[in-house]
Amino acid sequence: MLSPALETSAGGFLLVLSIVVPVAGVLLAFALGDRYVRLVAFTVVPVGSTIAAAVLLVLPQNDGHLAYLLGAWPPPLGVALRADGSSAVMLATTAIVICVVAVFAASDFRPASGNRRAPFAFWILLLAIWAALNTIFVGGDLFTLYVALELLTFAAVPLVSLEGRAETLQAALRYLLFALLGSILYLMGTALFYGLYGTLDIVLLSHRASAEPGALIAAALMTTGLLAKTALFPLHLWLPPAHAGAPAAASAILSGLVVKGSFFILLRLWFNVRPGMSGFAAAQFLAALGAGAIVVGSIVALRQERLKLLVAYSTLAQIGYLFLMFPLAFNASGQLESGQALAGGLLQTVSHATAKAAMFLAVGSIYAGFGHDRVTGIRGAARALPLSVMTFALAGFALMGVQPGGAALAKELLLQETARTGQWWWAGVLQVGGMFTAAYVVLVLAHALSPPDQPVALVAKPPRSSGLAALALALCSLLLGLLPWEPYLPITYAAESKLFGVEALVKLLVTVFGGAALAILLSPWPHPLAFSAAGKTIMHLIAPLRRTCIGLGSLVETGDGVLRQWSTASISLLLVALLLAALMFVAN
Amino acid sequence: MSSVSVFGLCAAAAVGLGLYGLITNPQPLRKIVAFNLLGSGVFLLFGIVGRRGAAAGVGNDPVPQALVITGIVVAFSATALAIALLLRLFHAAGSTTLSSRAPTSPRSDPSGG
Amino acid sequence: MSIATVFEVALAAVVLGLAIWTIAVPETYSATVGFVAYGLLVALIWVRLDAVDVALTEAAIGGGLGGVVLLGAAARLRDAEATAAERPDRFTRLIAAILSASIAAALGLAILILPDHAPTLAPVVAANAGATGMANPVTNVLMAFRGMDTMLEKVVLLLTVVGVWSLASDRAWGGRPGPHHEADPHGVLAFLARLLPPAGIVVGIYMLWTGADHPGGAFQGGAVLASMWLLAIMAGLADTPPVSSRWLRFILVAGPGLFLVVGLGGLCFGAAFLAYPVAFAKPLILGIEVAMVLTIAATLALLLAGAPERNA
Repeated sequence: MLSPALETSAGGFLLVLSIVVPVAGVLLAFALGDRYVRLVAFTVVPVGSTIAAAVLLVLPQNDGHLAYLLGAWPPPLGVALRADGSSAVMLATTAIVICVVAVFAASDFRPASGNRRAPFAFWILLLAIWAALNTIFVGGDLFTLYVALELLTFAAVPLVSLEGRAETLQAALRYLLFALLGSILYLMGTALFYGLYGTLDIVLLSHRASAEPGALIAAALMTTGLLAKTALFPLHLWLPPAHAGAPAAASAILSGLVVKGSFFILLRLWFNVRPGMSGFAAAQFLAALGAGAIVVGSIVALRQERLKLLVAYSTLAQIGYLFLMFPLAFNASGQLESGQALAGGLLQTVSHATAKAAMFLAVGSIYAGFGHDRVTGIRGAARALPLSVMTFALAGFALMGVQPGGAALAKELLLQETARTGQWWWAGVLQVGGMFTAAYVVLVLAHALSPPDQPVALVAKPPRSSGLAALALALCSLLLGLLPWEPYLPITYAAESKLFGVEALVKLLVTVFGGAALAILLSPWPHPLAFSAAGKTIMHLIAPLRRTCIGLGSLVETGDGVLRQWSTASISLLLVALLLAALMFVAN
Repeated sequence: MSSVSVFGLCAAAAVGLGLYGLITNPQPLRKIVAFNLLGSGVFLLFGIVGRRGAAAGVGNDPVPQALVITGIVVAFSATALAIALLLRLFHAAGSTTLSSRAPTSPRSDPSGG
Repeated sequence: MSIATVFEVALAAVVLGLAIWTIAVPETYSATVGFVAYGLLVALIWVRLDAVDVALTEAAIGGGLGGVVLLGAAARLRDAEATAAERPDRFTRLIAAILSASIAAALGLAILILPDHAPTLAPVVAANAGATGMANPVTNVLMAFRGMDTMLEKVVLLLTVVGVWSLASDRAWGGRPGPHHEADPHGVLAFLARLLPPAGIVVGIYMLWTGADHPGGAFQGGAVLASMWLLAIMAGLADTPPVSSRWLRFILVAGPGLFLVVGLGGLCFGAAFLAYPVAFAKPLILGIEVAMVLTIAATLALLLAGAPERNA
């Protein structure tokens, strides 16, 4: 819940600092020039993290919300910054991921090396992404959120093309153009909201907005724009090449944090601006798109030859997972409730941010070590790069819902909500999603753990500090379920007690074995174990089934290729907008 | 019909045309032009909202005006960044296609050419 | 129908005609020319909507400098664009047309059914104008009431510079942006580049100064200054500075930097972040705007010049 008060609360200045400190870092780093950028970043990172920690400390003492009136002007004339439990959690998550990525990138983007261009851009863009995300998490005005969203896009796009190869330039341009289409749709909605209610302040809007046609059109347009920026299936044309083409540290930020920015604004729009307006049907539609993302993203991920593309497609699937909470959050009177479903969704966001960032860092180290990232060519990685493989494994466990990970707790919360609201079909999707995640984790680990034909000769040895930083992040994701969430998110501890025990173990085993089966059936790449005697018998037995499954998979991949063409994707975008508007009209 | 309605429909039509151009024009530069057209339609939307809110001796509500000025600058930045990317892509790949097939890259090298 | 309405309908029709031309014409260069003309006419619509500040911005940045960027790119890509691409088939175009028209219709409907008693902040803005001592309400909104947006948008501009520069090749890093212009010292361009800038600089500064009380301000003034600088560069009378230049870096962060410092002053000693003490509000805001006009002029000019290409 956002603070209803239209006045600055004690400790509200922390919200200002959370934006101002990284912005000051951007300006300083730019002015001081190439040699000092990393130094500035390393000064800003601890300060910014302290501020995030301070918000976490202060928030519970202020009844769970903070507010600050910029320039002391109350809305609607001025702009307010507001934080609630979810803002605090996201501020902290962002700070942790940025810290780890900064440590990881310290050697890759050393300004002393011959190349000064990439470090200059990387460190400034990193700080800018931080500033933009913090503004998104504490911004209380829809237009300020728009500016922050653009800041985020403009900082993210150059990260994609940092290496200057033609395919990354193309990926960056596609990303930029589609993101601009998304933000212009969002802007259309803000214009209509201002025309209807004379304010863009989220709290004031929540009092004034009603389900009239103009507001519904505005909401549909804004939602669609944000979906495009979040890359929800089928609006994902830009994500795989952009996230797979960027340098490892940048991929971690793009995949772990940047897509969460537009997602968070979407939560604000649905849960804070208009909790009574969105309608059950539109929420079901969003979750259905999410289910589509899980199936298509996972199947295509299993068919990727390159590890980075595999992880990028798995991000696509995980984004779909985030949208399953929308239909579960409706209460009996048809209002979206900031309750346990939202808490589950946010927890999922946090665990994906940490785990996926760690995964991309690990894959980056494997790429750097082997000089390539072909899934079939990383045999022996477990012995050659134990730290990276362990990071990948831990992050993967966290994502697929191994206790006491954040994802496990989130899944438990969402499953409880499906039972409470009687929407059993989403429980099925939740279970299948976990299985698919297990499938690609098992697939990669099976290759990395199998013994190599000949001794592995590493091209380069990644620095130990980088490996340890990534490992710490993966561990953090795996331990999220143990943290005290109660002051920030509405979580009942009945869920947490269910984390351990026989029932949980059985669920986990089902997930892992289901995942292994999916990996065998859907991955077209040969695996060394398949040539052992037992393997051969099994493979022989399931050969017809496997052929069918691989054929289906190839069909899905072709479909994904069609959906990722520019004209198809932008037509889907307009279709989604119109469908959302129609569903909202029907509901009201 | 009031001037607000005339220009309002004009803004909506510009949005529609911009969307159509953004989808169907194959060249990236044409997409960027279409994006600018789309943007100007959305800005006009703010102008109409502001014009309707004329009060206190001001002919157009200053708040949407300020939002548009900010928006125009952001849209210009977007255009400049997109054009710079496009020119660099042309330099590196020799073509400007955005189709999902990987571009032929005769002149690309990791350090940039 | 009154004469004014006839004029407005005609203006809207011409604008729409240009918009259709821009989308439909086969040749890219013609499309960009169409867009520049469109931008100038849209500025006229803004005048009709009684939003002169926006009209100036749209003409200077949207149509003017934006048009220059697009035209320059169209000229450089002339050969590539013709061969670039396969046009979507007829069916795809039909679907796209239907969907775009539906969105436009929904938007048009939403505009037509806006409430009769339009909500407005104009009276509140007017009532609080005393806090800044400036009479231009748009400047008040930009610099005081919604100062955060303006500051963040300056950071967006700076990031765009970083983004454009990051596209340089490693060898050219630290060098000068854009190609070198060798111009005929007796040519028309050089003549214009000597004639216009003195007047242009005066106009730019006047726009900044008058923005306190009348339409105008840092953006519009900055755009005029930027175009004067660009004119001198294109005529070969001046060269773009190397991107490693310390003073250039300083100018590029001066606007948002000063904004931030004044804002923090308000946080430490005043009422709030970005709050101005009433006695000093006008000089403080004007100070920020002076820094901002320099930053905007340099940023816009450098964005047009592109990534570093040559060694200093």
